[in-house]
Amino acid sequence: MSALAAYWRSTVGKKMVMAVTGLILFAYVLVHMLGNLQLFAGDGGKAINEYAAFLHSTRAAPLLWGARIVLLACITLHVWAAIALTIQAWGARPVGYAKRKYREADYYARTMIWSGPIIGAFVVYHVLHLTLGMGGAPFEELNAYGNVIRGFSIPCVAIFYIIAVLMLMAHFRHGLWSWFQTIGWSHPAHDGARRCVANVLTAIVVIGDLSFPIAVLLKLVTIPGGAA
Amino acid sequence: MKLDPRIPSGPLEDKWTRRKNGVALVSPANKKKSTIIVVGTGLAGASAAASLGELGYTVKAFTFHDSARRAHSIAAQGGINAAKNYQNDGDSTYRLFYETLKGGDFRAREGNVYRLAEVSNNIIDQCVAQGVPFARDYDGHLANRSFGGAQVSRTFYARGQTGQQLLLGAYSALSKNVGAGTVQLHHRKEMVDVVVVDGRARGIITRDLVTGELESHAGEAVLLCTGGYSNVFYLSTNAKNCNVSANWRAYKRGAGFANPCYTQIHPTCIPVAGDYQSKLTLMSESLRNDGRVWVPLKADDARSPDQIPVSDRDYFLERIYPSYGNLAPRDISSRAAKRMCDEGRGVGPGGRGVFLDLADSIKRLGHGVIEERYGNLIEMYERITGEDPYRVPMRIYPAVHYTMGGLWVDYDLMSSLPGLFVLGEANFSDHGANRLGASALMQGLADGYFVIPTTIGDYLANSKLPKVAPDRAEFTEARQSSAAFIQKLLAVKGHRTVDSFHKALGLILWEHCGMGRTKESLTTAITKVRALREEFWADVRVPGEAADLNQEIEKAARVADYFEMGEVMCRDALLREESCGGHFREEHQTEEGEAKRDDENFCHAAVWEYAGSGKDAIRNVEPLAFEVVHLAQRSYK
Amino acid sequence: MKLTLHIWRQKARADKGGFVRYPLADVTEHMSFLEMLDVLNEELVVKGEEPVHFEHDCREGICGCCGAVVNGQAHGPQKGTTLCQLHMRHFHDNDEIWIEPFRSKAFPILKDLIVDRGAFDRVIQAGGFIAVRTGSAPDANGITVSKEASDLAMDAAECIGCGACVASCPNGSASLFVSAKLSQLGLLPQGQPERLKRALAMIRKAEEEGFGYCSNYGECEAVCPKRISIHHIARANCDYHKASFTVWQGTGGKAAR
Repeated sequence: MSALAAYWRSTVGKKMVMAVTGLILFAYVLVHMLGNLQLFAGDGGKAINEYAAFLHSTRAAPLLWGARIVLLACITLHVWAAIALTIQAWGARPVGYAKRKYREADYYARTMIWSGPIIGAFVVYHVLHLTLGMGGAPFEELNAYGNVIRGFSIPCVAIFYIIAVLMLMAHFRHGLWSWFQTIGWSHPAHDGARRCVANVLTAIVVIGDLSFPIAVLLKLVTIPGGAA
Repeated sequence: MKLDPRIPSGPLEDKWTRRKNGVALVSPANKKKSTIIVVGTGLAGASAAASLGELGYTVKAFTFHDSARRAHSIAAQGGINAAKNYQNDGDSTYRLFYETLKGGDFRAREGNVYRLAEVSNNIIDQCVAQGVPFARDYDGHLANRSFGGAQVSRTFYARGQTGQQLLLGAYSALSKNVGAGTVQLHHRKEMVDVVVVDGRARGIITRDLVTGELESHAGEAVLLCTGGYSNVFYLSTNAKNCNVSANWRAYKRGAGFANPCYTQIHPTCIPVAGDYQSKLTLMSESLRNDGRVWVPLKADDARSPDQIPVSDRDYFLERIYPSYGNLAPRDISSRAAKRMCDEGRGVGPGGRGVFLDLADSIKRLGHGVIEERYGNLIEMYERITGEDPYRVPMRIYPAVHYTMGGLWVDYDLMSSLPGLFVLGEANFSDHGANRLGASALMQGLADGYFVIPTTIGDYLANSKLPKVAPDRAEFTEARQSSAAFIQKLLAVKGHRTVDSFHKALGLILWEHCGMGRTKESLTTAITKVRALREEFWADVRVPGEAADLNQEIEKAARVADYFEMGEVMCRDALLREESCGGHFREEHQTEEGEAKRDDENFCHAAVWEYAGSGKDAIRNVEPLAFEVVHLAQRSYK
Repeated sequence: MKLTLHIWRQKARADKGGFVRYPLADVTEHMSFLEMLDVLNEELVVKGEEPVHFEHDCREGICGCCGAVVNGQAHGPQKGTTLCQLHMRHFHDNDEIWIEPFRSKAFPILKDLIVDRGAFDRVIQAGGFIAVRTGSAPDANGITVSKEASDLAMDAAECIGCGACVASCPNGSASLFVSAKLSQLGLLPQGQPERLKRALAMIRKAEEEGFGYCSNYGECEAVCPKRISIHHIARANCDYHKASFTVWQGTGGKAAR
């Protein structure tokens, strides 16, 4: 058996795969959020729509498809490893406790396996909604600005999005901290720093992502001419 | 009973070398053919099994625990002595030898003790190589501390968990051999009998503690590494499952039991809190390095300790023993504490306690240093008593801790039953009438790593040992008698629990055969123990079945042995008309209340021989010859 | 004080088992938890019933024998404390106390609260040692070890092998136990030659024994009676990653032994 296969078979190896793919997915979410901040450019959507047009241009196609393939591969590996590990963990304690009181394992950490699928389901909807235009709101190709505002003006769409971002928060908060442990980057001297980095990065993504639906609901960003 | 100590001739410092050069060797091809049975996997057992496995013998090791890492060696806190002289404070093999012999009140063999001091250095090397994380100084070299009864700093330690670290080291060596298939390890199996074939120990009977099954195991030699018998007192610092049964069954099969009256009372234990108390907890003697022991100057002083000014305190160890102060040996410190309490100056509930005060050291060294040195002990004290030693002085009182007596062995560690070797606390060899702190770990590992691997070969090479099969009549007989013994316990179906008998036995022995003994108290004890034993066999209640995991059977069998052993212990104490080390006969004391030896009549080991059921054991004697050391009155003033 | 105990009773490994309720009076606050169980057992024996079987030995928190899940927490509610060192002053009059065995596929129940932790031994046998022969060691001070490394190694070495980490981990992982040994030996110069091989062998053995994976919950550290840090898990992971791609493993990782 090759070293790589043996590594993948082991739980530590699978966790490493989850750590690496998780970090790539996190990086994507971060960059995606930063790009979308152009929503607040105050130019009636000019900047963000140009950005969207660039991403869909022939020039950027390799970049776009490259990113899509990498993301899809990451998601596949991440989910595969998660399912395999979870099944193994359930098997490790066939009979549970009558009483259970946790001291340290917080809610975020214990629900990773549930926040994950919810995020997954949301991603499917999110792509349907804002990439393929099947989200139930009027959709206009390459008018990202208008699509976002029209979408989030529907309260239930905005609420689903907000819930998903909160799940993301739960997932990242434990995942990012856990990342250091899994790759083996740990020293008592850096303990505080690890927590801090995980929390700050999570906060940046969450605040950024939450700002979009909230701004739309509060009508802080609107479509010029009030078409919505 | 023939008691030939077989000490090699020649100058003291050459004896062990001569012995090593003289032993017959077993060829590598023949080692595999010899099966060695090792009972117990504490320091002595694990180190012996690992070392013998490495040599190529077929080793079968047995522990009644679920794992070989649980033996009570693990609880030793303070440290392990070695004559490394890393501190350049004048230590040497001779000094360690002399202090150990003197600490034992000149009741041990010169040759054995010298060998112990000699191999002490190899032990430290071995343990460090295994990854035992001994304390180190900032320069990366090993640190040492002082210990009771020594005037040099020769104790190596790993926080307050030295025994744990050494045992885990030995356990890792054992595990390596189990993994490699050179040692076969049996868990949860308790030895219940030694099987003798043609006058030699050739196997054991074990009880599987999960299924209750009795099994026969045959071999060429049997090693008992089964610890001491402090639990005969019920309340002791020993783990609950420590017992004398393996040794006692061997005694009944022909091994002599030496000096059972030599029991050590440790001065620094947490006092008894109530009648539900199941065991006593030791606070490492190392605390006496930085703690000062005191009682109120006046009797019945009800003030809280912080309200008692220094002028009203009696730092009695410093007062009576100015040169050793708080580091006076264990037996001496214990008796001093008892005297203070007898005078009505004891502290705490029932007045059975003295203060061990860290306040001065905290002031001098700071909270941090004290925490680093004793943090885990202080925490343990707080958990048990609910009091904070950083603010309130600890209360301590002596408790039974270690037994110097044990199965008699010769220089090669072989008992009077050929083929039966005894290692560690289970034997009587090295500590005389009192053991110094940090010497038990040293002895266990010396026996297991360095002595037995050499000496056992001599026995195997020089003995005619035809193969015996475990289906021989001797094995069947032993198995049947063990089964009958268990059935007998179950059949009583009385009203009292095993523990209630054990507690009552312990109380009798503590009262009458404890820190101070008299002819009268010992005679009373013997009568009382006999009466209680009869009651035990008439009224004990052992629920459950034999063929099951049944902890009550385990306890009951051990207590039954304690009754017999306790009586022999009292008789030994009665017939030793002198005071020495841990054995203090009130009739024999100096004007200052110190132990008064009688070298003319008692410079010997008393070895008890089983005479058969219902008959009094026979007392034999091995005279102790001192060629180098001059016997002196022990003084720590 | 008076207590109501709900204790898991199970005759044998194959038995189904269930909770039995025992009222218990006359418990005093200075008793240890195990002494409280002793009192119950004395009552049961006098009544002719089988006492509650539980593993225990030193009763001073170092042998690692004892352990049960008390009101949902391994070794009970007090931090850094084994069950034998837990005292009844941490409970109140009329408390209901649920006592269950450590539960893990790798720790089958033998009787009542007694479980078989032999899997831990087998993990150590797979590589939890420095393979030095008796008698072949150099002078102890010939190897210097920085105080920091030595202290960290000692932190890890304090593990008593009680199994509370496994019992409390939502995944039933033994990572804390395994990594404590890897870390202890891996931090010391003596342990370097076998360091990576050891990581491969021990971690694989633990997985083979049926322990779960590490999710970095930190629950193990929180219940560990010796407060062993999950930093050691990170250190072990690091060694494992490195070992997986640098140690020649032959077929099936056999050479890793």
